[in-house]
Amino acid sequence: MFPSYFTFWQKMGIYCLRLAAWATLAFLMIPILVIFPLSFNAEPYFTFTEGMLRLDLDAYSFKWYQEIWNDDKWILAIKNSFYIGFWATIIATVFGTFAAIGLTKSEMPLKSAFMALLISPMIVPLIITAAGMFFFYSQLNLAGSFTGVIIAHAALGTPFVIITVNASLSGFDYSLVRASMGLGAKPVYTFFKVIMPLIRPGVISGALFAFITSFDEVVVVLFLAGPEQRTIPRQMFSGLREQINPTILAVAVLLVVVSALMLITMELLRARSEKIRTGM
Amino acid sequence: MSTVTLDNSNNKLSTQEIKDNKNNQRRRKLISLFFVTPLVLFIMVSFILPIGTMLYRSFYNPTVAKLIPQTLSALSKWDETSNQIPNADILITFTLELKSLAKQRKAGKLAEEINRSLPGSSSLIKFSARKIAKQSDQVLAKQGDQLLLAMKKDKWKNPKLWNSIKKSGAIYTDRYYLTALDLKRNSAGEIVQRDTKIYLKLFWKSLKIALYITLLTIVIGYPLSYYLSTAPTKTANILMVFVLLPFWTSLLVRTTSWIALLQTNGVVNSTLQSLHMIAEPMDLLYNQFSTILAMTHILLPFMILPLYSVMKGIDPSYFRAALSLGGKPIPAFIRIYMPMTVPGISAGALLVFIISIGYYITPALVGGTDGQMISNIIAFHMQSSNNWELAAALGSLLLGLIIIIYWIYDRFVGISNIKLG
Repeated sequence: MFPSYFTFWQKMGIYCLRLAAWATLAFLMIPILVIFPLSFNAEPYFTFTEGMLRLDLDAYSFKWYQEIWNDDKWILAIKNSFYIGFWATIIATVFGTFAAIGLTKSEMPLKSAFMALLISPMIVPLIITAAGMFFFYSQLNLAGSFTGVIIAHAALGTPFVIITVNASLSGFDYSLVRASMGLGAKPVYTFFKVIMPLIRPGVISGALFAFITSFDEVVVVLFLAGPEQRTIPRQMFSGLREQINPTILAVAVLLVVVSALMLITMELLRARSEKIRTGM
Repeated sequence: MSTVTLDNSNNKLSTQEIKDNKNNQRRRKLISLFFVTPLVLFIMVSFILPIGTMLYRSFYNPTVAKLIPQTLSALSKWDETSNQIPNADILITFTLELKSLAKQRKAGKLAEEINRSLPGSSSLIKFSARKIAKQSDQVLAKQGDQLLLAMKKDKWKNPKLWNSIKKSGAIYTDRYYLTALDLKRNSAGEIVQRDTKIYLKLFWKSLKIALYITLLTIVIGYPLSYYLSTAPTKTANILMVFVLLPFWTSLLVRTTSWIALLQTNGVVNSTLQSLHMIAEPMDLLYNQFSTILAMTHILLPFMILPLYSVMKGIDPSYFRAALSLGGKPIPAFIRIYMPMTVPGISAGALLVFIISIGYYITPALVGGTDGQMISNIIAFHMQSSNNWELAAALGSLLLGLIIIIYWIYDRFVGISNIKLG
């Protein structure tokens, strides 16, 4: 397993490193895995019951999942999360992709200043963003409306789109655009038929980032949204503050499944964009 | 590329061609601006203007000026250093305005505002407003001053109260910044420290918690990143999923799991109890410990990802060369390998530090009273105490702090080193 010239201490060092690495992986994963069995608890507790430890089937149940289904508040929250996330993603992706194309052009003036401005929503702490948006959007009567929350989430999502599309444009050969235009293609045609297919993986992964940003966001929702616009994280937040019950764990498990799907899509996209960039 | 060839052949071009070239370049500039403009406008309206509004709110407060405009304009002639209360005309103007406020149910708002600069005056103003609302305007115009001064044991005869009213009426004020920095103005108008430090302590605590979390993520994340970067690609890719899945998982989900793990009858306590390692459940949740633990877990991927990508790019032969030249493994690791990972450490540290210093959700849910950070007090002033101006001042200071950290980082390391994943 080790080269024969390794000393005892070198081997020990490598064992220690492995132990530390696996311990860290356990630290990362255990909190996520532990909610899976807990969400099937038949009792309304946040912990393992004796029956669960004995693997007694009666101690497990699906009732918290049914609870989500039967609770209008959760159904509304799920609908809202997807609705807000969808529109915020569309706005962020369209504006962000467009801007990233402009930002990577060599003729772009004041490039770094524009970049700093457009990335700023990612850097400013959410509590400050949320407070500012509350002040400003209330004046425009956008507080407590879907439009307000969607605009806010779109603003928070654009930096991710810019960064990912920028990355996929970094190897982009602009002579392809000139070739297309030189052969008589209109700009719009060139955009959709030449630029878009090449940067598509970057655009999609940016869109996924934007979606998860909105889907996960709760501070701005806390300040801007009314009861009609409650999202899943907002509902979880008040659930955790007011009455903790395993329905939250069931929702959490569903969210982990959603994140796992996102992660798989993301990895497939990464592989694809690698392929495009290396020209295979 | 095109510009280079054009520049080279410039001297052979006719003036007309040079002009065309310039026009062409201007057109390209406009095209690239055309691509960026929609988003710039969108971000300006949806994000920059809100932040600007918040900054403005931190020193602009017209509330009192709108409530009692005539009194304030009359008070501007009153000399607050004279140690005398304002004359009868001013008092009468005030009673008339107070009456109309009471009728519109706005006297409470005035009381709340004045109470901020002179604690304890709220009940006096509310009480007086209720009494005065019963009097007719004619009576008030004649003897409003005497009615007012007779109320509540001469409290209105205190020049300090009138001074507070005058000060609260200022539209532009540094009052909220002073409060946010635990300072105040004494009666002579000098800036002095407050007896109890609240906000500076909290800023300090947030910085400390952020620092702890940053150090913890470095200590915990470094071995794992190193292991991943040296493991065979296939193993590394599989293990990377265990880093990325938490990264993609909602922070509310992760906070929920920590509540399930750490609460009094939670998984950790009941496991330790059944193993007879502890007799009584420990208080693991709702304190600074749980805040730091949960946030370290949440922010760990932000350290591992940049560290991993830097370590992946380091040629392992440097370290091997050091060893074969007779270096002992540990000094060689510290002196040869670790300096090459500094860009990764600093990028990860900046991300983790900046994110944790303004964190709100996790401290709010698992922090109890002891784990609260500056964001939580901002949220408190926004939602519970309705002192929006103070919240804005605290937010502006936090924003300033973060910009300073960025600036320092950019000076010494360079911001462009940061990548996603």
